[in-house]
Amino acid sequence: MAVEAVRATSDTKVAPWNDPVIRGWVFQIVVVGLVAALAWYLVSNTLENLARQKIATGFDFLGREAGFAIGDTMIAYSPADTYARAIWVGILNTLRVAVIGIILTTFLGTIIGIGRLSPNWLLARICAIYVEIFRNVPLLLWLFLIYKLVSEAFPGPRQAIRMMGDTVFLSNRGLYFPVPIAAPIHKWMGVGLIVGIVGAWALHRWATARQARTGEPFPSILAGFGIVLAAPFLVWLLGGAPSAMSWPALKGFNFEGGTVIQPEFAALLLGLVLYTSAFVAEIVRSGILALHKGQSEAAAAIGLSRGQSMRLVLLPQALRVIVPPMTSTYLNITKNSSLAIAIGYPDLVASINVTINQTGQAIENILIIMAAYLTVSLSISAFMNWYNKQIALKER
Amino acid sequence: MIKNAIAVGVAAASIAGFSGIAHAGKDLDAIKARGSLICGVGTGTAGFGLADSQGKWTGLDVDVCRAVAAAIFGDSEKVKYVPTTAQQRFTALQSGEVDMLSRTTTYTLTRDTALGFDFPGINYYDGQGFMVNKKLGVKSAKELNGATICVSPGTTTELNLADYFRANKLSFKPVVIEKADEIRAAFFSGRCDVYTTDASSLYSVRAANVPAPQKADDFIILPEIISKEPLGPVVRHGDNQLADIVRWAHFAMLEAEEYGINSKNVDQMLKSEDPVIKRILGVTPGMGKALGVDEKWVVNIVKQVGNYGESFERNVGMGSVLKIERGLNKLWTKGGLQYAPPIR
Ligand SMILES: N[C@@H](CCC(=O)N[C@@H](CS)C(=O)NCC(=O)O)C(=O)O
Repeated sequence: MAVEAVRATSDTKVAPWNDPVIRGWVFQIVVVGLVAALAWYLVSNTLENLARQKIATGFDFLGREAGFAIGDTMIAYSPADTYARAIWVGILNTLRVAVIGIILTTFLGTIIGIGRLSPNWLLARICAIYVEIFRNVPLLLWLFLIYKLVSEAFPGPRQAIRMMGDTVFLSNRGLYFPVPIAAPIHKWMGVGLIVGIVGAWALHRWATARQARTGEPFPSILAGFGIVLAAPFLVWLLGGAPSAMSWPALKGFNFEGGTVIQPEFAALLLGLVLYTSAFVAEIVRSGILALHKGQSEAAAAIGLSRGQSMRLVLLPQALRVIVPPMTSTYLNITKNSSLAIAIGYPDLVASINVTINQTGQAIENILIIMAAYLTVSLSISAFMNWYNKQIALKER
Repeated sequence: MIKNAIAVGVAAASIAGFSGIAHAGKDLDAIKARGSLICGVGTGTAGFGLADSQGKWTGLDVDVCRAVAAAIFGDSEKVKYVPTTAQQRFTALQSGEVDMLSRTTTYTLTRDTALGFDFPGINYYDGQGFMVNKKLGVKSAKELNGATICVSPGTTTELNLADYFRANKLSFKPVVIEKADEIRAAFFSGRCDVYTTDASSLYSVRAANVPAPQKADDFIILPEIISKEPLGPVVRHGDNQLADIVRWAHFAMLEAEEYGINSKNVDQMLKSEDPVIKRILGVTPGMGKALGVDEKWVVNIVKQVGNYGESFERNVGMGSVLKIERGLNKLWTKGGLQYAPPIR
């Protein structure tokens, strides 16, 4: 606009090198050119140096046989598979611990944050102590400690602690428990679950609208859980209720059958959740404290119980303060999961590190790992931004 | 972890850096200008590379670093030791963080080519073995079907392990932890049934790392040796002169042993009439000049570090807690594989 104004008022011709528009363009082109030249210089220099040291380059290695085994995989994997698949196994393992970690942290952190505000002195103190203990010791130390406890405290597989009538076994090999043998109906149960979730959500909307209209409450949360569980169960019944189970049993060195939660995964998850919950608790607490005191007083004045006032009045408003810092907490969980390598959980970093070591191709692998973390982080951010918009104050 | 990521980042950055890395003598010039050799060693394996409470490093692999420093500077103490895990070691060498590695590293085709390294010598002929608790009653590796096995990442060990079980149609579950201390702790705590690495390291761990109340006798090393692990120092491509010095520092220790020169008698040997010994010890000059070091290079190495046999016995042999037999590492004249080309 300023530029337009200058032009409009001055009829006298401006020399092109004095024209702000042209100058602006020239400067931008020069800057972009310099950046491009620097990038080109670095890249070509790198390639030249690599070639001179005769270090291999390119992404061909991804298709080659990885040759190393991975101890905990969500998809079928053997050393005969490619590096690409080994890296994919790592990505899935990272996602598994991050997603479960985020969910559990949110629950635990919220409970502790609210607990810290409780009028019950003891509860508030316990929650405060929890926060101070966990956030003031580095996560890595927690991981070492928990992993030591898990691997030292439990007996070997032959002396495993037996539970539930010899169907669940706890040892330093992990927690083994029975699982249903894969059946075609399981896919449809998944569909049933999704239908159930959609149904529960619709019910909740209906209940909220009705309550706004008539003032009559409806236990939509309880009913919602019911629907979510009932839908897949019904599908299972309709599918002939296949009930074949795979049972864990001691065979040779270890248990076979069933499924297992391994110590490395358990320790990492526990460490991440316990540690990060301390931060979430503080975020939740400060979100609630940020609200005007009048809010809780007003809620009390219209006869809401403490729980109701928290659920219906305080938390929904506090969310607006809570969500933005929660985004970075979730990102931290994801990134901190890379400490996995210290205690031997085979995450993305572990796969990448071995690949770098075996192929020598550090740069390519660093690019892969950066792209992977960037994708996950940006997805989390995008989702949280969307959610933040949903709960933002809607001006009517 | 973080440190690893930083090391890799530094590697990437320095490979992207502004200087060409490759003219002959460049690394050696840097070492001389600095006044010390930076040697990448292990994080702590008794007999091979271990720092004591004063931070003094000893071991068979450490002696290679000391011999190289003795050749370059005439002083085996002019070494800065950088502990590296198996996982980090190659990045450390590629990026120039260390001048050379001397830490139970196996000579393989990929490392010699695609990774951009040279292996100037083999200071210990080894093979991969398995260690188990006696309680398990296992007598042979063939009985390990279904076992949980502790192994370090980024090693030939991890690859051989997978190969061996594939070839024998057995299954196993790996537990993989980077730090040597941590993986050993996991094994001794019972997290794994088996610990596998180079047999030499197994002897070392059994002799030096078993935590009380367990005893070395509670563990046995299975008879199968499943691979060839020629272990030796490593340098990066690009400085042939440094590679030559590392190569001949190792050979000098072998030649000294073969001709009966040791740290005690080296001064008398200087008076020897044997033309071979005169050449080795620089009494007849020429060898030092050809290598680009002082003519007294072998004298310095043998006086300060000892010949190969002395180094072996002191660090891992009968003079140590490890009590490893010379075996394949005997001189060729005694039926072993250690063989140095002539210094002439
Ligand atoms: N020779 C094998 C294995 C080398 C290796 O470093 N193994 C680990 C197993 S724990 C080790 O010995 N580390 C020694 C240390 O950090 O002191 C290779 O070169 O890949």
